[in-house]
Amino acid sequence: MTGLRVEGVYKVFGRRPNEAVKRLRDGSSREDVRPWGTAAVIDADLEIRSGETFVVMGLSGSGKSTLIRMLNGLLKPTAGRVVLGDDDLSAVSAAQLRSIRQRKVSMVFQHFALLPHRTVRDNAAYPLALQGVDKAERRRKADEALEMVGLGQWGDSLPHELSGGMRQRVGLARALAADTDILLMDEAFSALDPLIRREMQDQLLELQQSLGKTIVFITHDLNEAMYLGDRIAVMRDGRVVQVGTSEQILSAPADDYVAQFVADVDRTRVLTASSVMRRPAAVAFAGGGPRLALRTMRDAQVAAAYVVDRARVLRGIVRDADAVDATRAGKDTLHGLIDDSLTSVSVDTPLAEVFAPAAESPLPVPVTDDKGRLVGVIPRAILLEAMVPPETSTPAQGTPVAESATPLLDGGPAAPLSVPGLPEEPAPAAPDAHAADASTAAPTAGRTDNPTEVRA
Amino acid sequence: MTAPILALDTTDQGVPRLPLGEWVDVAVDWVTTTFRGLFAAIKSIFEGAYDGLDTVLSGPPFWFIAVALALIALFAKGWKLAVGTLVGLVVIAGVDQWGNAMDSLALVILASVVALVIAIPLGIWAARNDRVSRAVRPVLDFMQTMPAFVYLIPTVVIFRVGVVPGIVATVIFAMAPGVRFTELGLRQVDREVVEAGHAFGSSDGRILRQIQLPLAMPTIMAGVNQVIMLALSMVVISGMAGAPGLGGDVVQALQRVNVSLGFEAGLAVVILAMFLDRVTSAFGTRSKTARAVAAATKA
Repeated sequence: MTGLRVEGVYKVFGRRPNEAVKRLRDGSSREDVRPWGTAAVIDADLEIRSGETFVVMGLSGSGKSTLIRMLNGLLKPTAGRVVLGDDDLSAVSAAQLRSIRQRKVSMVFQHFALLPHRTVRDNAAYPLALQGVDKAERRRKADEALEMVGLGQWGDSLPHELSGGMRQRVGLARALAADTDILLMDEAFSALDPLIRREMQDQLLELQQSLGKTIVFITHDLNEAMYLGDRIAVMRDGRVVQVGTSEQILSAPADDYVAQFVADVDRTRVLTASSVMRRPAAVAFAGGGPRLALRTMRDAQVAAAYVVDRARVLRGIVRDADAVDATRAGKDTLHGLIDDSLTSVSVDTPLAEVFAPAAESPLPVPVTDDKGRLVGVIPRAILLEAMVPPETSTPAQGTPVAESATPLLDGGPAAPLSVPGLPEEPAPAAPDAHAADASTAAPTAGRTDNPTEVRA
Repeated sequence: MTAPILALDTTDQGVPRLPLGEWVDVAVDWVTTTFRGLFAAIKSIFEGAYDGLDTVLSGPPFWFIAVALALIALFAKGWKLAVGTLVGLVVIAGVDQWGNAMDSLALVILASVVALVIAIPLGIWAARNDRVSRAVRPVLDFMQTMPAFVYLIPTVVIFRVGVVPGIVATVIFAMAPGVRFTELGLRQVDREVVEAGHAFGSSDGRILRQIQLPLAMPTIMAGVNQVIMLALSMVVISGMAGAPGLGGDVVQALQRVNVSLGFEAGLAVVILAMFLDRVTSAFGTRSKTARAVAAATKA
């Protein structure tokens, strides 16, 4: 696989680009160098890793389209280097550059850029023809690529007979048929209407999962950037102002510009369950008895507890009333008391998809990892709070939900839970901010050395 | 009145007489003597080509050519144009202008082919190079707006009376739209599609052949149509230089104030013009590529 490196790249259009670069390096602003040329990209340094989806996000005029065109040599940097795999694009000959474009980097265009006079199949086969692949093989590979994007039946049509979304699928199939490690996508979905766009984004993510290409995706849409990108570079006025994961950019914008930008983003699509989940207030061990479960609930001042098994896999919940009945009846297991109708979400679930379970659930929505283990919960209040951008967000205290408001490691992955009845990890006990609420008349004496305390 | 200081004439407006005409005269004389060999070669090539083409058109019997042209019309557009063509050609034969019409058709075809052979590459060059484009444009303006008769004078001086000055003057006069439409067509090709060619590693030549020319073809064909129409309009003027064909009869009719002959020869020109126009414009818009491109730009 091939990565891409952009090292100190400048691109100035105009009469005296080198003079403009010199002045920019000496600290002049983009406006100052206007007489010598228009600085489209200023001092860009990027390291795009092999196999990642790297999104360059910026408004029109931010230089993102110029930047992507330097990645395959359509434009030559005025200064600096673009290194694709082992090749410095500014040092190779024209013939070498053509060969690199044929074999290492392909491109998807905003307005599709299909050849209108050729069939869909011939369009998909276009890069193969340039690679010198023979006709039968070309046809086979082109059909394969069209199959991948769901257009297997359309090979004989002409592009104008297809809808916009389908045409862009042909554009994508063409780039996939080239079978290059690197895929450049220049505002690839911007010309499509929102529904189709969403569909294409999903399809790209799906394809990427199996293909693992290095994708550089240009967009002006932050939602799209955050949805698709493993990492995002935010560009403004020709400069790269921040590079990071979507959550990094959302939670720690580099400057006011980025902050303002992310203020509009649909946070529920970007933030995942793991970034807002809290430690569950009460967790009962499935092997323990109802008495133990009841005590856990009492200590956490809640009416129900999550039940996990020895491997910490979520089994369901147990309610206090049921536990009390079972205790009176003298039962010593939770067997038959566990309600497993509760919907759980995975750590990667975007918050947008947590709303429905949260609305139905009487308890905070449990979050599980890929092995089904309970790693956290999302109370409704936290969910609502997460939708508000950081500058205006209110502190987490005073939330109406009785369960814990103590954040986990700042939105990071949840720490392993300790569960009563399980031998490992004696949890360090800490006084609880909510302990002042004495209305449940739960005895608080001895809490600090209570082995069932689960909160850190 | 102040007497001119130098021994210069002045025009009625008091401006010194610019001897532009004399200079051109001197230049033409110089060119004539210097390139005598070249012109002789051009003359014999054009004469040979014209004679060959004229033999092909005038040699076979009337009905054979008429049916052949009708078949071309059928292929280009449809049966209506084919029938129209047949009727028109019968009318031409009916007014006894068939021989002249075939002479003129040979001249038009030859002049158009030569004009296009020069114009299309020049248009491609101008589309790819802004400097060439800027240099070519005023020359084309000059060539197209200079009254067409004027070309006849130096060409007659150089090539003597006959068919060759007619062809050369026609080529010069008719070439301009060929260059312009080719340049325009290529420049109008969607930049992103051309960029896609580059992005997948195509060479410039391949992009020209596989993307630019096919997509510009409808516009280029409109230029071809214009070239042919302009060439036909020169037929009458060529007649003044002694070229055979319908032009000769029109000139004769003018000199003798012969209304009937003028009308008959003129009508033959009109019929030829309609045939050539419909057929060439149909070729421009009916091809598979042209339809795909048209549909793509409409969508």
